[in-house]
Amino acid sequence: MSIRHSLLALLQGEPRYGYQLRGEFEDRTGATWPLNIGQVYTTLDRLERDGMVQKDGDDGEGHVIYSITEAGRAEVMGWFAKPVAQANPPRNELAIKLALALTIDGVDVAGVIQAQRKASMRSLQDYTRSRREAARSDDAAWLLVLDSLIFATEAELRWLDHCEGWMATHAKGAKSGADSKGLTHTNTETSVETMGAATR
Amino acid sequence: MSNEILQLEGVSRTYGEGATAVAALRNVNLAVSAGEFVAVMGPSGSGKSSLLTLSGGLDKATGGEVYVEGTPLGGLSINELARLRRRAVGYVFQDFNLVPTLTAAENVALPRELDGIPARKARRQAKDALRLVGIPELADRFMDQMSGGQQQRVAIARAIVGERRLILADEPTGALDSTTGDGILEVLRGRAEAGAAVVLVTHEARHAGWADRVVFLKDGRIVDEAAAQHDPSVLLTGSAH
Ligand SMILES: Nc1ncnc2c1ncn2[C@@H]1O[C@H](COP(=O)(O)OP(=O)(O)OP(=O)(O)O)[C@@H](O)[C@H]1O
Ligand SMILES: [Mg+2]
Repeated sequence: MSIRHSLLALLQGEPRYGYQLRGEFEDRTGATWPLNIGQVYTTLDRLERDGMVQKDGDDGEGHVIYSITEAGRAEVMGWFAKPVAQANPPRNELAIKLALALTIDGVDVAGVIQAQRKASMRSLQDYTRSRREAARSDDAAWLLVLDSLIFATEAELRWLDHCEGWMATHAKGAKSGADSKGLTHTNTETSVETMGAATR
Repeated sequence: MSNEILQLEGVSRTYGEGATAVAALRNVNLAVSAGEFVAVMGPSGSGKSSLLTLSGGLDKATGGEVYVEGTPLGGLSINELARLRRRAVGYVFQDFNLVPTLTAAENVALPRELDGIPARKARRQAKDALRLVGIPELADRFMDQMSGGQQQRVAIARAIVGERRLILADEPTGALDSTTGDGILEVLRGRAEAGAAVVLVTHEARHAGWADRVVFLKDGRIVDEAAAQHDPSVLLTGSAH
């Protein structure tokens, strides 16, 4: 997440001071990514150094007001126009955990998957519920953030189903030949049904 | 009696006998209260549809007992069962099960009329239900003049028409696009909020997310359950890595 561009985008609306920026950012993103005030001020300093914002005096209560410069406007427009690059392979703790679980003897991989499925499903239920409430209050920015969380969690659950299906196939192969590395716990009886789910 | 609309007590269903017998459900316990929305997930063949048909009195358990509004279904005659189904149970079939020679509105009104509701009233209720699922303009179309997704919505309208207390839906969003599917979930959720017990079978996690509880089936057994936490602070931690 680019704090720099987010602050510039907010300043494009109107000049603001640090605490206001933090408050606005959290309001608009549903406090999903809490910002600390130190980060806000360090970022504002750098933006000023780079000519993207300027100090505009204070509001009479000692808050320094910042406003955006022409260069800052150009920068933020460029940011909106540019697609977000995928961080090259995002570090996904769950993927790492499962990859390791698969290769280490004595780990109940099916159990790991089910525990994650349950936790992810609960998150999905909570996001969905929040989304229903947000839809009533017509809070567009928060709705978009929630949708993104919902689709990401859905993808994770589908991926878990896929892993389970893959494991079942793998275990079947293992039965007729090579040593079933860490997969001995998989109930081969259920393979066909589990695969069915994965191929739907 | 508590406010449980649906109760399964040690329910089993075995198809066939001997060496070829298939145990579709094994000793399943499940209770769904008025106002509660439960989703059932599990791999293909895990027993989801079997659980639903038994809950709706469309099939009989080979072991255990199913109660709908406190009435044990095992002891009912075929006529009593049919009556209970029309009065209390709204069922969305995986393959719709609509009458091709009737219009959308007639399909939806049919169970109401069979239950003795005057035709005009049944028809009005049918139109209301079709409006809820987003196809009021198709009331007078016959089934073979409708797309798969439109037929699916007729099937959903037929299940929610009137004030039925138990709504059982088997993959009701399979033929629908994402936004229309969400609209259907909204309708089912609304029925639960109005006091119905709703059981939804689905492969789509995003749709199960609408439920208060998600039950996971595997090999005919309930192996796990996820309940919403209703705690806003989880939004910040959630399952994010
Ligand atoms: N009438 C029947 N006769 C014999 N076996 C049956 C019958 N109906 C279902 N089965 C078997 O019972 C098991 C459970 O079937 P069920 O239809 O409940 O699965 P499901 O979870 O709904 O699957 P899907 O996701 O594919 O719809 C399966 O193994 C199926 O083959
Ligand atoms: Mg089924």
